[in-house]
Amino acid sequence: MNGLLAVADLRGDPRRRAHDRRMRRLLGGSALVTIVVSALILFVLARGTLDFLRSVGWDFGILRDSSKAPGWFPRRERFDLLTIFTGSVIMGMIAMLVAVPLGLGTAVYLSEFAPSKVRKVLKPIVEVLAGIPSVIVGYFALKFIAPNIVNPIFSPDQPRNMLVSGLAIGVLVVPIMASISEDALRAVPSSLREASYGIGARKSTTTIRIVLPAAVSGIVAAFIIATSRAIGETMVAAMAGGRDGSGPRTLNPLEPGLTMTAAMTNAAGGTDQVNSGAPFQVLFFVGLLLFMMTMTLNVIGDRFVQRVRQQY
Amino acid sequence: MSNETAGNLSVTAVPLISEVKERQMANEMSESPVFAVKDLSVKYGEFRAVRDVTLDIGEHQITAFIGPSGCGKTTVLRCLNRMNDFIDSAKVEGLVEYHGVDLYNSEVNPNEVRRRIGMVFQKPNPFPKSIFDNVAYGPRLVGGISKSDLNDLVEQSLRRAALWDEVKDRLKASALGLSGGQQQRLCIARCIAVQPDVILMDEPCSALDPIATARIEDLMQEIKKDYTIIIVTHNMQQAARVSDRTAFFTTEVNTESDRRTGVMVEFDLTQKIFSVPSDERTESYVTGRFG
Amino acid sequence: MAIVTESQRSVTRSEVHQAITRQKRHIPTIALGVALLVAVSFTLLTLFALLARIITQAIPALTEKGSGFLTDTIGSEAGKVGIWPGLFGSFGIGLGVLVIAVPLGVGAAIYLEEYAKQNALTRFVIVNIRNLAGVPAVIYGVLGLIIFVGWLKPVTNGGSVIAAALTLAILVLPVVIITSMEAIRAVPLGLRDAGYGIGASRWEVTRDHVIPYAMPGILTGTVLALARALGEAAPLIMIGAITGLLPETSLSGKFTAIPMLIYSWSGRPDSGDGSVGWSNAAAAAGLVLLVLVLAFNVVGILLRNHFEAKRVGS
Repeated sequence: MNGLLAVADLRGDPRRRAHDRRMRRLLGGSALVTIVVSALILFVLARGTLDFLRSVGWDFGILRDSSKAPGWFPRRERFDLLTIFTGSVIMGMIAMLVAVPLGLGTAVYLSEFAPSKVRKVLKPIVEVLAGIPSVIVGYFALKFIAPNIVNPIFSPDQPRNMLVSGLAIGVLVVPIMASISEDALRAVPSSLREASYGIGARKSTTTIRIVLPAAVSGIVAAFIIATSRAIGETMVAAMAGGRDGSGPRTLNPLEPGLTMTAAMTNAAGGTDQVNSGAPFQVLFFVGLLLFMMTMTLNVIGDRFVQRVRQQY
Repeated sequence: MSNETAGNLSVTAVPLISEVKERQMANEMSESPVFAVKDLSVKYGEFRAVRDVTLDIGEHQITAFIGPSGCGKTTVLRCLNRMNDFIDSAKVEGLVEYHGVDLYNSEVNPNEVRRRIGMVFQKPNPFPKSIFDNVAYGPRLVGGISKSDLNDLVEQSLRRAALWDEVKDRLKASALGLSGGQQQRLCIARCIAVQPDVILMDEPCSALDPIATARIEDLMQEIKKDYTIIIVTHNMQQAARVSDRTAFFTTEVNTESDRRTGVMVEFDLTQKIFSVPSDERTESYVTGRFG
Repeated sequence: MAIVTESQRSVTRSEVHQAITRQKRHIPTIALGVALLVAVSFTLLTLFALLARIITQAIPALTEKGSGFLTDTIGSEAGKVGIWPGLFGSFGIGLGVLVIAVPLGVGAAIYLEEYAKQNALTRFVIVNIRNLAGVPAVIYGVLGLIIFVGWLKPVTNGGSVIAAALTLAILVLPVVIITSMEAIRAVPLGLRDAGYGIGASRWEVTRDHVIPYAMPGILTGTVLALARALGEAAPLIMIGAITGLLPETSLSGKFTAIPMLIYSWSGRPDSGDGSVGWSNAAAAAGLVLLVLVLAFNVVGILLRNHFEAKRVGS
């Protein structure tokens, strides 16, 4: 092929080119859908929040119920935020008290101690646990944790209480805690462990002094992301937490409580069902708060995960 | 460029038997180079990988790019068929003309460029498909080919790549079952099947044993009458054995940033580069004193 | 107690022997090992207790109803209910995820991995997807309630299976995208080079090489997404799934799904006279859900093996 070409010779098959362009647009459109979803979530929550604030006459005092027995009674237009916030925090804390030792312990065992045969069996079992729908864990809370564990030991007044719900939420987030921590532990280079063994350190010393500190960002990430899941968990809290907003900001885990998530299901389709006005619109307000809280936690947690990736 | 080359030739001390032939080649090339590269620089973000490369590449010749790691020879090679498009941070400056057309003209379709200027990579990378489908893939994309023509084309391509006799009985077998050298020849056949004009080879033998390497080198000699070949190689003996012309690249330490930038030191007839290079850096490299 | 890490496995037998015997005498190591084993055992015990409770509670309901449990409709007598409307709803939701979330999610993943330039916008889109993956399910319920039940009422006819399928498809979209992106990232660069090197366009390389190679990973993501969607109940509460009587199942009418039935039934009081009660019905529905979710996982693994075998053999 001696001689010169023209630009037109290098344009290629116009049909292949057009098809490629079409696919690019189509695929790019799919990626944009995710942005639209986020925008819609924010829009829906923000608009509903505005409606709610408008229907309570911009009276922010209503969110800090100062009556003798403050509580969450949407139909009586009493929206004591602190009540549902306390509910979410108490149940979240109990959940993390379960999830951290079990999840982290499982992770350390899987990554540092388990022989590979054991690991091959154990890891899928933890994955099965992760796949169990929350409504089934809710059932387990009601029909096992409450009657067989909490009632015999603490004999609470109500079978559905924050302890039962918190424990079950803990069961639900154990796999999250375990898998993110395990990833972090396995990312610790084996040269660090070998260096420690090389100077005569024992396994426990190596694990506690070398491996865990090296994996600390990942473990923090696991903790934060698991906390976010615990606070966002709805079904278990709605089924086993008592769903009762009359406990005035109670800190006693043996009393029934109401989480932010359960308050939302109440407003939409549960016990407080109404379809308009502040008692309904409050669900957007609570939703917006919940969205902000979990997003903040997720963003921070993600930062820590990225840090693990950069380190090793 | 050609004047300069001719000038260099005339000062060659040792008279060479093939000199006349090569002089012819050099002249031929000057008439219509396949590639005319002028002041080519490539940046990856802020980092300048290679700068100010100017060279013409002649038709039906084998041109070798040699030099130490990081000298930008592969980067330059990948500019010649726009494979650098896939690196987001890469920015190509200067002019790359292919038969007189600026390859970086916005009207130019890089896929068509790569069809005409095929590439063979360092690691043999057959598709995880059958041997037949590997070779037939490109022609099928171009389309408008009958089944029997496709069969012929596949056979012809495999024959040209000196692979036909070894695989004709198992065209439907997976290409991944072939040896490394066979896989690389399959990649060459796959490239030939779309009827390119140029074949770029990026260290095509670095993953192969000496016997497989020799077969690829023989193959290159056989097909150079039909294709213009540019090969990047780490192996100086290989460059000396197979190529007509050689470009030597090296690195320069940038005084401000302490980062290395590739530059082209010398581009000349291979024989000259390996016997009487005009630059000391070339000499110390080809004599094994550095790199 | 054979406690050996991978790093140690390479050392010689005698050294391993020494290490093990030394560990036996080292009290902190024993204490740590025991603590870890307790944690692991607790995790396992919880799982087994959960499975055991569901199965033992489910048996009375299943023996009483037999296959009628799957084909009968819901009602107000614990001993007589079936879960047909729930199966229908869950099936619709699964279908919605397959036809909406999977193409959309795989498409987005392809765009982000193969097409998008590494710039601020792309990074923002990816961070946004990771955030969406962490948004609580109940908030997707709010979105579904307003958008799919409200705005799109002409299409969905309100709180129907269609609205539920759309809502859950959006909920699992980030899961599909993230797992597909990982699968696509694992495709060797050489395969793309090979395609581009002979003049294939981006889409041709994606369609012919990237997607087939990434298929096992994409399928795994699909299966995870399906399992997640089948188990979610919170968004369904938000968009008004029914738990009482539902004589007819249709795409556009009122609907329910298996998790909704479990939720509703486990809250109802049992008669306490030893007959089949709501806890049994709920456990039986739970068992069906668990079997479905686990079956999806098994199918996913089989499909993955099939694709892998095909890729190597071909």
